[in-house]
Order: sequence, then structure tokens, then C-alpha cells
Amino acid sequence: MSETLLELRNIKKSFGTTDVLNGIGLSISRGEFITFLGASGCGKTTTLRIIAGLEKPDEGQVLLEGRDVTYLEPHQRDVNTVFQNYALFPHMNVEANVGYGLKIRKVPKEEIKKRVSDMLKLVQLDGYEKRMPSELSGGQKQRVAIARALINSPKLLLLDEPLGALDLKLRRAMQTELKRLQKKLGITFLYITHDQEEAINMSDRIVVMREGKFEQIGTPDEIYNCPKTSYVADFVGNANIIEGIVRQAGEEEILVETEGQIVKAVSDPGVQAGDKISLAVRRENMKVCGDCEEGLEAVLKDKSFQAGQLHMTLNLNSGKEITVSRYGMDAPLSQGQKVRISWEPQHAVPVDIRREA
Amino acid sequence: MRKKWKWSNLYLGLLILLMYLPIVIVVVFSFNESRLSASFTGFSLKWYEALAADRDLKEALVNSIILGAASCLLSAVIGTLGAVGMARVKYKSKGMMEYLSTIPIMIPEIILGMVFLVFFSLLNLPFGMTTLILAHTTFCIPYIFMMVKARLVGIDKSLEEAALDLGATPVRAFFDITIPLIAPAILSGSLLAFAMSFDDVVISIFVNGPRLNTLPVKVYAQLKTGVTPEINALCTVILLVIVLVLGISALAGKKTHKSKDGE
Ligand SMILES: Nc1ncnc2c1ncn2[C@@H]1O[C@H](COP(=O)(O)OP(=O)(O)OP(=O)(O)O)[C@@H](O)[C@H]1O
Ligand SMILES: [Mg+2]
Repeated sequence: MSETLLELRNIKKSFGTTDVLNGIGLSISRGEFITFLGASGCGKTTTLRIIAGLEKPDEGQVLLEGRDVTYLEPHQRDVNTVFQNYALFPHMNVEANVGYGLKIRKVPKEEIKKRVSDMLKLVQLDGYEKRMPSELSGGQKQRVAIARALINSPKLLLLDEPLGALDLKLRRAMQTELKRLQKKLGITFLYITHDQEEAINMSDRIVVMREGKFEQIGTPDEIYNCPKTSYVADFVGNANIIEGIVRQAGEEEILVETEGQIVKAVSDPGVQAGDKISLAVRRENMKVCGDCEEGLEAVLKDKSFQAGQLHMTLNLNSGKEITVSRYGMDAPLSQGQKVRISWEPQHAVPVDIRREA
Repeated sequence: MRKKWKWSNLYLGLLILLMYLPIVIVVVFSFNESRLSASFTGFSLKWYEALAADRDLKEALVNSIILGAASCLLSAVIGTLGAVGMARVKYKSKGMMEYLSTIPIMIPEIILGMVFLVFFSLLNLPFGMTTLILAHTTFCIPYIFMMVKARLVGIDKSLEEAALDLGATPVRAFFDITIPLIAPAILSGSLLAFAMSFDDVVISIFVNGPRLNTLPVKVYAQLKTGVTPEINALCTVILLVIVLVLGISALAGKKTHKSKDGE
């Protein structure tokens, strides 16, 4: 697992006057399932295209197994891509699509036929050899696209939002199937998504991207439970961000002044008294209660019930909006009521630590 | 509402009558027994027989076919490469260049013919098949260029990238992916070009030289001695060829749209 397969060194890329990638660096180990997570337009596809060789970076290097491949053409790299829109060849049937890579490598016809049929079995599409892409459903197209890339046994498979066009149920099923394929074949996957659940479910490591930079790299657990910035906390965990100043930094807990009150949060080795920080508290970890003595004062503004969860919108004294959610419908609270918001100290994570010089 | 519908039908009927009546008359009188085209005296195929016996005419027909085939092949290659190349570059002046390359369609034929005449004389080219092919290729290119360009717009750029990604060289990806996808457009463009070349008189007259005749030029020359039923028969044959070619072209075009919808 520790052997490095791909390394990106300080990659920069701009289109015209817009900087799309601002110096990103990363190394990926063999056999890893790594996911790029980020909002639309943050440069995920551009990064992938640079790795595939379809785009050349302005600066920086791409190293595959230690070899500099930055300026090699796509056909000279052992990397295959599953495109965002599948890009199946519309004039070829499934068999010809999947066998295309082998045909180019001049593999004998008989062997191509056999390997294509094995590969189709693997993605559970046996018997579809003669179908044209226009006769396939979205999920089937997607599996053909994956089969077409995987049959070449690439060192690295790049997948650009492969499940983006599928409905939720099929998405779940395909997530499991992809993960199974990856384990079985032992191929390194670099996966793009803007769906945080998908990233958390599938990845060994997640790279959170924001405006052409890597905001945080870590395991799903680290990203979800120990976000380093408010952006990550909000994007991955739908957390509420509350700004404050550290008044006291203890071994296990810290005291933070916010909204004219003192609240508790989990301690972080980088935090000292006097630092300006933000606290990230996920919606489901906040408690709202009508007759408590402790917690931040707030006014309940709105309640709504969605997907089995009750969402409450509250305003703090400063006017800042907070969203709290929990399972179940019962909330003996009415709109406009004065309430208090509290949380367990370990659920408030310090992020965006800023120290006055 | 109903009345309006009737008026528009009448208008349409009149239009079609005006457009097609002359053609129908020519076709009908090509089967006329009598040499005079004043009245239809009886059915006969003798003018077609006369046509078949005419040596000069056969030669002209062969010339026309060679000319049409050669200029449509040449313009297919040049027009396709032009459209594909144009789709890949990103000049600021690209729109201007595309406009310029379709201009031969808009210039009056008589001017084009004169320009070719002057140009070829300056080059000291002997007038004949070569000059005919050069001239016809030139005015056929825009048809193919426009057809292929329109088809290319509908093709996803990532298809060729997918081929590159799977290990194809750029040349291989072009022949494996792009060419099959634009083939219907090339075909329908070529057939249109062939039809254009096959019935051209104006430009051909300027560059055909003293001895070489194409079929339409021959018809035009014979008209000087009055309209004979023989010419009616000849026109009918040419008409048939053109309708056939355009029919195939339309079918190919239809297929293009179908496969576009399928994507
Ligand atoms: N060929 C190009 N020319 C100009 N700008 C481009 C080009 N390709 C991408 N961009 C710009 O670069 C930025 C990043 O694009 P990219 O496709 O990498 O985003 P993404 O993260 O993949 O987004 P999405 O999730 O929507 O697919 C965008 O602002 C986009 O407009
Ligand atoms: Mg993208």
C-alpha cells in the first residue's frame, strides 16, 4: 500500500486569464481508492485530464511510477479514463467498444473476444455484446464505459463522476459494485465526485478541492470528524460554523467566547488562548431545548420535515443562522420561542485557527 | 380558419404548378411522335433511340461523369479536411475564415467562370478536362465543407479523446472514430457536389476549351438550332440522374440525423 504510484508536483494551470489549478501536490499509493471531492468548477476534471495527458499543465510535473510523464501523449501512458459523459463510441456495438483498447494493442481476435466476454461478465453485462450504445440504459452505458477502461488493466483508473447521471437507488448499487471491482482487480482508482456521501462510502482517502487548491487530504474519518477548515466542515459534514475567541486552552477541552457567552469545545494541539477560531458543529450534534439554563441563546425561526429528519432553523442573538436536525417529528417547540442550543464538547471541532502576530 | 386553409392550399398548388409544369412538359414531349412540339400526336421512344445512336452525345455524357466523379472526390477530401481542421483551431478570425470558404456559393457563376478563365490563362494551363476539374472542385468544396462542419458540431469531442485515452494515436483515432461519424455528411455532401457539377453550364463554358463538351454544355449548344424532341429526351435523362443522386443524398442526410438523435 505504501508504494507510490502517482505523484503530482506543484501543478498549475490556467485557461486564458482564469487560474484553474493553483499549485497542487499529491501522491497516491498503489491499490488505493482516492476521491476528489469538490464543488462544481473547482478544477476536478482539469486535474484528471492533466493526469490522463489530455491537457498539459503550465507548471509542475506528473510522475507515474517515478517516471516523468508530464508531456507524454495520452496513448503513451498506462492510465485509462471513464469520462463524465461515458463517451461510448456510438457507431460501435458493446463488444467493439470494450475491445477497442485491445484491438489497438494488436491482441489476436480470438483473445479479444474471450477477454471482452470475461470483462462483460465482471460488470454483469454478459449477453449484451451486440447491442449498440443507444440501446442501453444509463447504468448499462456506465458499466460498458468502466469495462472498456478496465480491460486494458491500467495502472491507474480515472473516473470522472461516473455515477452523476444515475438515480439514487442505482447509484448506491453501482457504488458497491465499483468498490467490489476495485478490490477484486487491485487497480488504483482516482474517483471524482461532488457527493460527500459517495466519497465517504467508497474512499480510502479523500481530497477536498476548493478553487483549484487542495483544502484537506485525509481518510474519510479524518475529513468527517476532524475537518481542518470551515469549508471542509461545511461541505462534508453540513456543519454549523460559529466564530469565537479562545479564552482558555485545556488538556481536553477549550473554552471559547462567542455571542457574549462561553462555550466548550474539544481541544486541538494547535490552539492557544487568544486565538481566533471557528467551531464546526454538525447539525445532528446540536441540542435545542426550551427550558435549559445552559447553551447559546437563540430564537426558533422555522421547522420543516424532510427525508425522515426534522430541520430547525434558529437565529442566534447576533442574527447568525443555525440549522439543527434530528430524527423524529416530536419537538414541543413553537416558532418564535426562545430556546438554548448546546452540544457535547467533543462535537465542537476548532477550525480555521488564526493567531494574531 | 377553414377558408384560410383553402387559400393557402391554392397558393401552394399554383406554386408547384409553376415550378413543375415546364418540367412535365419537357418529359411528356420527349415521348412525342411528332417532331413539332405543338401537339402530342402519339407515344414513341424514337428520340431516345436517336439519343442512344448519337456518338457526340455519349462522349459528352462520359466527360460529364468523369468530371463529376473527379471533382466530387477531390472536393470531398479537401472539404472534409478543411472542416475538421477548422473545428480544431481557435483563431480569433475563425468565423471570418469559415465565411470566406463558403463564398464561392454566393458569387454569381458567371463571375466565377470569368475568374477561372483569366486565372487559367495566366497560368498557361491548356483548357480541357484538367481546368474543368479544377474549376468544379473549387465550387464543390463549400457544399462538403458546410455539411461536414454541421455534422462535426454534433459530435462530442470526448469521443476522440476516449480513443486517445485507450491507446490510439491521433491519426488512428481520426480514422476509427471521427471519419465513421461524419461519413454520412461526407456522402450527402459529395452527392450534392456531383449533382452540382453534373448540371453546370455557365462555369464549364468558360473553361472547357474548344473541343471538350460536357452534357449540359452540349444541350446548350444544340439549343441554338431550336428545341428538338431529342433535347427533350436528353433533358429527361439528365433530370432522372439528378433526381436519383439527390434522392440518395437526402437518404444519407436522413441517416445522419437519425444517428445524431441516437446519441
Ligand atoms: N477548455 C477550457 N477553457 C476555458 N476554461 C475552462 C476549460 N476547461 C475548464 N475550464 C474552466 O476551469 C474551471 C474548472 O473546470 P473543471 O472542468 O475542472 O471543473 P470540475 O471541478 O470538473 O467541475 P464539475 O464538477 O462541474 O465537473 C471552470 O471554471 C471552467 O470554466
Ligand atoms: Mg468535471
